[in-house]
Amino acid sequence: MSEILAQIFQIGFFTALIRIATPLIFGTLGELFAERSGVLNLGIEGIMMLAAMTGFSTTYFTGNLWLGVLTAIATGMIAGLLMGLLTVSLGLSQHVSGIGTTLLCSGLSFFFYRLIFKQSSSIPKIVAFKTVPLPLLSKIPVIGPIFFNQFALVYIAIAIVPISAYILYHTPWGLNLRTVGENPLAADSAGVNVHRVRYQALLISGALMGLAGAFLSMAQFNAYTFGVISGRGWVCIALIVFGQWSPWKSAAGAILFAFIDALQLRLQASSLINLPYQIFLMMPFVLTIIGMAIVSRNARAPAALLQPFRKEER
Amino acid sequence: MIRFRLEQRDHTPVWLNFILPVSAILAALIICGGLIALAGANVLTAYATLFLSAVSTRFALVETWVKATPLIFTGLAVTVAFRAKFWNIGAEGQLLAGAMAAAFIGARPGLPGWSLIPGMILAGGLAGAFWAAVPAYLKTRFKVDDVVTTLLLNFIIFYAMMALLEGPWKDPLSGYPDSPDIRMEAEFPILLRATRLHLGVLMAVLATPLVWILMRHTALGFKINAVGENARAARYAGLNITAVMIITAVISGALAGLAGVSEVAGIHFQVMAGISPGYGYTGIVIAMLARLNPLGIIPAAFFFAVIITGAEAMSRATGVPVFLADVIQGTALVTMLVALLFNQYRLRWNRTA
Repeated sequence: MSEILAQIFQIGFFTALIRIATPLIFGTLGELFAERSGVLNLGIEGIMMLAAMTGFSTTYFTGNLWLGVLTAIATGMIAGLLMGLLTVSLGLSQHVSGIGTTLLCSGLSFFFYRLIFKQSSSIPKIVAFKTVPLPLLSKIPVIGPIFFNQFALVYIAIAIVPISAYILYHTPWGLNLRTVGENPLAADSAGVNVHRVRYQALLISGALMGLAGAFLSMAQFNAYTFGVISGRGWVCIALIVFGQWSPWKSAAGAILFAFIDALQLRLQASSLINLPYQIFLMMPFVLTIIGMAIVSRNARAPAALLQPFRKEER
Repeated sequence: MIRFRLEQRDHTPVWLNFILPVSAILAALIICGGLIALAGANVLTAYATLFLSAVSTRFALVETWVKATPLIFTGLAVTVAFRAKFWNIGAEGQLLAGAMAAAFIGARPGLPGWSLIPGMILAGGLAGAFWAAVPAYLKTRFKVDDVVTTLLLNFIIFYAMMALLEGPWKDPLSGYPDSPDIRMEAEFPILLRATRLHLGVLMAVLATPLVWILMRHTALGFKINAVGENARAARYAGLNITAVMIITAVISGALAGLAGVSEVAGIHFQVMAGISPGYGYTGIVIAMLARLNPLGIIPAAFFFAVIITGAEAMSRATGVPVFLADVIQGTALVTMLVALLFNQYRLRWNRTA
């Protein structure tokens, strides 16, 4: 038994875990900003797909990875604006707007990918991000290789958790954002522009989802495929419920999910359990649903989530 | 200077039911025309190819109806669910459940031949219903968000299906991960000689008025609508929200399951990876364009069947990527949502000095 454990929990396992968690952290925090302002951003899956495509394509033609990342961020922000137009300005159903945004963005990503790269037998590839070992820190035994010999985007993801928590809980804007999500009427009476704050939240949301997409097609993998996101966006929405709308707990949820995902990858690769690989792929999704069944009863979403705010209706 | 503002409507005129989806579709086509131009093709030629190829010959027209069949079922499935505000984004997975059940029953050697088709319909409907009842149960019992669970269940059943198809259920005679063919007696009868117009098409067309009657003229339909419009008021009125929600899910899932049965028994005669290229998601677009009115589902489903089949011909002729069909679907959903605003409001033009 201990041999099996030793075989699974090597340093490489934890390095992989952090990498799997990275796009989930970006996506979850992106969704978090939107939801804390009162907007459920179901566009997440499609936005991640489209950003993965635009980021990859930009890098493919310019050879510049960071330009690709910026393009992915911009893509996410434009999609965030679309969500804002539909759900904030027009006050339409957040559920259907989000599904529409996902269908539109995923359709666009397929369309433009095929338009740009045509149908070819070989998959277009880029030279993806390389790991950047941090001086000194990466030399620390065990912790060093796991946390400090990673992609630059991983460091950004790790940094974004405390930054998000700080913005949400320790800045005036964060207070406005939370008030807008809990009680937009009160925020409005206090002179806060509810629509503006929700737009800002959706822009941040889109930017972070863009980073999630960029990480997948430009660091985790070096190509764009139609299955590049395969449900990760939806998982992020579950992780927020799991994390009770807190940035720290949601990020912890992302790590937990990544642990399960890394574990199933290890078990797949090892010959310890002889099951079809799809059963392993399925496992994190099943556990997510079970986890949600356990926590959802006590989950308290932002009070104004799903509620459009129309000033004239006061 | 001309200015306009939005003004709340007192009542919704009937003609809006037609004007809104038609203008939403036109707007979507104009927007996507930009993409065709970007792809370097003539917009009008591309659209002409797209629309004409799907309806111009008798054969193409029948094929378009065949393509519309699963879309009618998933559109109805989403309509029933969304009426109760049960956010069933899982018609895709429920379709797969129905298809798997049908393919399993249809290939059983021990069963009498006459029992196969009713058995497949029953098993497929039940499988779809079950796969939708799970998230409805989780929603009512544990308050688990139905959007997330229905979506995740799509992935779960797809992986389960592929595990079976690449493992114990794989047809030993096939090089691909396909299930064994169903028996001859299990194939849906063809209604029009030398075409693929099968029993499933008729079933879909007949299901539509049935769902309309259910939603408009039965106590259950009234309850489903009441829960969707105001769950709290419905509860005060003494409705059992949990029961209504689960029954809604069962009906919705069964309809989506029938989409899978029809594809297996009428078209593919087996289950394989590409059995549904997103019919469940297209069902959402269709249901919204039909304004959640079952009678609107047939024209909306037919329209998207034209788009899906026509896009392939258009792509071959003009080189515009076939995924234009997906973009049109997404755009049409968004434009329809915007158009729905005119349901509640109208534009007032003011001429001011």
